[in-house]
Amino acid sequence: MRRTRAAAAAVVTASLLAAATACGGGSTGDEGGSNTAPKELTYWASNQGPDIAADQATLGPELKKFEERTGIKVKLEVVPWADLLNRILAATASGQGPDVLNIGNTWSSSLQATGALLPWNAENFEAIGGRDRFVESAIGSAGASGQDPAAVPLYSMSYALYYNKKMFREAGIAKPPATWDEMVTTGQKLSKDGKWALGAEGSNLSNNIHQAFVLSRQHGAAFFDQAGKPTFDTPANVEAVKQYVDLMAKDKIIAPGNAEYDKNQSLQDFANNKTAMVLWQSAASSFKAHGMKEGDWGVAPVPVPAGGAPGQGRNTNSMVAGINMAVFKNTDNIDGALRFVKFMTSDEEQKLLNKTYGSIPPVKAAQQDQAFATEDLTVLRTTLGTSAAPLPQVPEESQFETAVGTAVKELFADAAAGRAVTTESVKAKLSKAQQQMAK
Amino acid sequence: MTSATAGRVRRTTARVRRTGRLRRTALPYLLLLPALLMELLIHLIPMVMGILMSFRQLTQFVIRHWSRAPWTGFDNYSLAVDVNAPVGADLLRSFLTTCQFTLLSVGLCWLIGTSAAVFMQDTFRGRGVLRALFLVPYALPVYAAVITWGFMFQRDNGLVNHVLHDQLGMSGEHTFWLLGDNSFWALLIVSVWKGWPFAFLIVMAALQNIPKELYEAAALDGAGTWQQIRRITLPSIGPVNQVLVLVLFLWTFNDFNTPFVLFGKSAPQAADLISIHIYQASFVTWNFGTGSAMSVLLLLFLLLVTALYLLVTSRGRSKADA
Repeated sequence: MRRTRAAAAAVVTASLLAAATACGGGSTGDEGGSNTAPKELTYWASNQGPDIAADQATLGPELKKFEERTGIKVKLEVVPWADLLNRILAATASGQGPDVLNIGNTWSSSLQATGALLPWNAENFEAIGGRDRFVESAIGSAGASGQDPAAVPLYSMSYALYYNKKMFREAGIAKPPATWDEMVTTGQKLSKDGKWALGAEGSNLSNNIHQAFVLSRQHGAAFFDQAGKPTFDTPANVEAVKQYVDLMAKDKIIAPGNAEYDKNQSLQDFANNKTAMVLWQSAASSFKAHGMKEGDWGVAPVPVPAGGAPGQGRNTNSMVAGINMAVFKNTDNIDGALRFVKFMTSDEEQKLLNKTYGSIPPVKAAQQDQAFATEDLTVLRTTLGTSAAPLPQVPEESQFETAVGTAVKELFADAAAGRAVTTESVKAKLSKAQQQMAK
Repeated sequence: MTSATAGRVRRTTARVRRTGRLRRTALPYLLLLPALLMELLIHLIPMVMGILMSFRQLTQFVIRHWSRAPWTGFDNYSLAVDVNAPVGADLLRSFLTTCQFTLLSVGLCWLIGTSAAVFMQDTFRGRGVLRALFLVPYALPVYAAVITWGFMFQRDNGLVNHVLHDQLGMSGEHTFWLLGDNSFWALLIVSVWKGWPFAFLIVMAALQNIPKELYEAAALDGAGTWQQIRRITLPSIGPVNQVLVLVLFLWTFNDFNTPFVLFGKSAPQAADLISIHIYQASFVTWNFGTGSAMSVLLLLFLLLVTALYLLVTSRGRSKADA
């Protein structure tokens, strides 16, 4: 009896533990697209608007329009950002994904490496009107160089310096800083009486990476060498990351509390006149949602090193941000998927959707529309066209975001706690991040 | 009745008896079959797949055809246990943090839950309301509750610092709760807040079964409250406590939701519990093979601890029975 009881206990325990540790997946053959279900498509859209309902309200009528024109019904699912990458991975492993989906453009190379996405060769581009309809820098962030892109650009964004006009007026400052030296001197004038000059999202790994990438370019460095090997802890990269964290640690123009921000709290501080500047991409709609009115804020290019002006090379001042549209290789409606991508990247839809989301159309013709000539969007568009660079298009990009983003997060935590941020401590964090990549 | 007929009747009776016996023997297995099948599908097959994955070099490059990923033998395990390299060193640190966290959390959950259950044994005005209130943390959806704690622990706008610093003046300046070393304590507070009502519920149920006469007799013999708790209450709820502690241990050691909602996919070092560490290895840095190896190591550790625990507690019970 005791033996039976022990065996039963062991089975129950094993089951409990199995539930905690089990993982699985599946695999199907090397599928190519087919047309076995020509009348329907499933589409995973990333959450672009204030919430999922808003996205459904925006995309719903457009999908209806597509159905009326083609007879193809599109089943829409809006996926929150936090879940999107894992959902895509699960779909890749199981072979049970949507036909068409949105991806963050920085993930393009990593997802391309899985082999699950349809390559955009000349023939596929031809089916949607040709590759040269798109801005080249946006195509550059759609897959590894030297390979056919894994996706097509849908919404483009870039970073800009947003400044709070009221706070600038009160501090007697006439114009936003154009260089980092000016940023520090201006910032120190603004940082007083519980108010701070610059907002940061110290616990947001992606945001950390975007800022570190730009500063790395401005120091003439890169996080990967020509062969795609990580070079995180080179002296120039150490200097770049230290410069960013020093805005809190040494220059004291970022509030220590920003070290724990990761849910866009810095935008709220900006709208509440607690923070005078933020480095952000397409922030206008968020400011309005927080109660600001058009004209309460100004937009300028992100600062560059002293004596320079925004441009390529050392004066790169943004990453090419945006959303791409991809097709799962094993779709059972390849023709319909291509028609749907063509529809979503048509001039008409590009104007409509990008206006709604406050982004820039990556389609050249749509970009010329007057709606994208506002002060905000002109800065973003010029940056995108002249001084933005895509993040490293290497298969390990998603690991890079986590490893270096975490290193910067830990350095911000040190700065906030008053611990010294030195060249050695920055190098140690970046070296550890690099070792983690070599698994 | 002829002898031939009698023989036929005997044979028929024996067949009926045999069929009846067979039915009786087979019935429990038939009833268990659906559960066993589901167990196989939901737990055991994925677990075997997980073990197979741990022997492969499984990254995003081969995730689409994971069953054909290169076989690497014990390489993933070597990497996970090599404490001189960053991966192994981090895993060890995370494991030790988790052990410390689990001991404290389970201990506090048990202590608070048991104390509250004992306290609620007395009848007093408002007992029902209080009992319902105690169960609120257990009834709330984990995500909503933990995210609310996340807001409360924010340095500049959170309620915790507002009370401790602004209202009570207990700290010189606003404290970081979600960064640095304090993140461990923030996580522990949320874990205990979330876990103790379960201990309370289980112990309270066990207390209902203790005959009141035992307490009355003890009181007549002059035993005080503490003696009654030590000599009657605790021994009586012993078997329930053993299961309770085991379940709390397993839940706490594997808790993923609390740190994930509180800190996101990259927890501060001080609060880097092993579940989130393995998640990061598997689903953030996309080293599924290494993540699977870590999972298997965790499974083996938990199996070992559980087996030892069951052995020790069943021996204790046998002695008590004797």
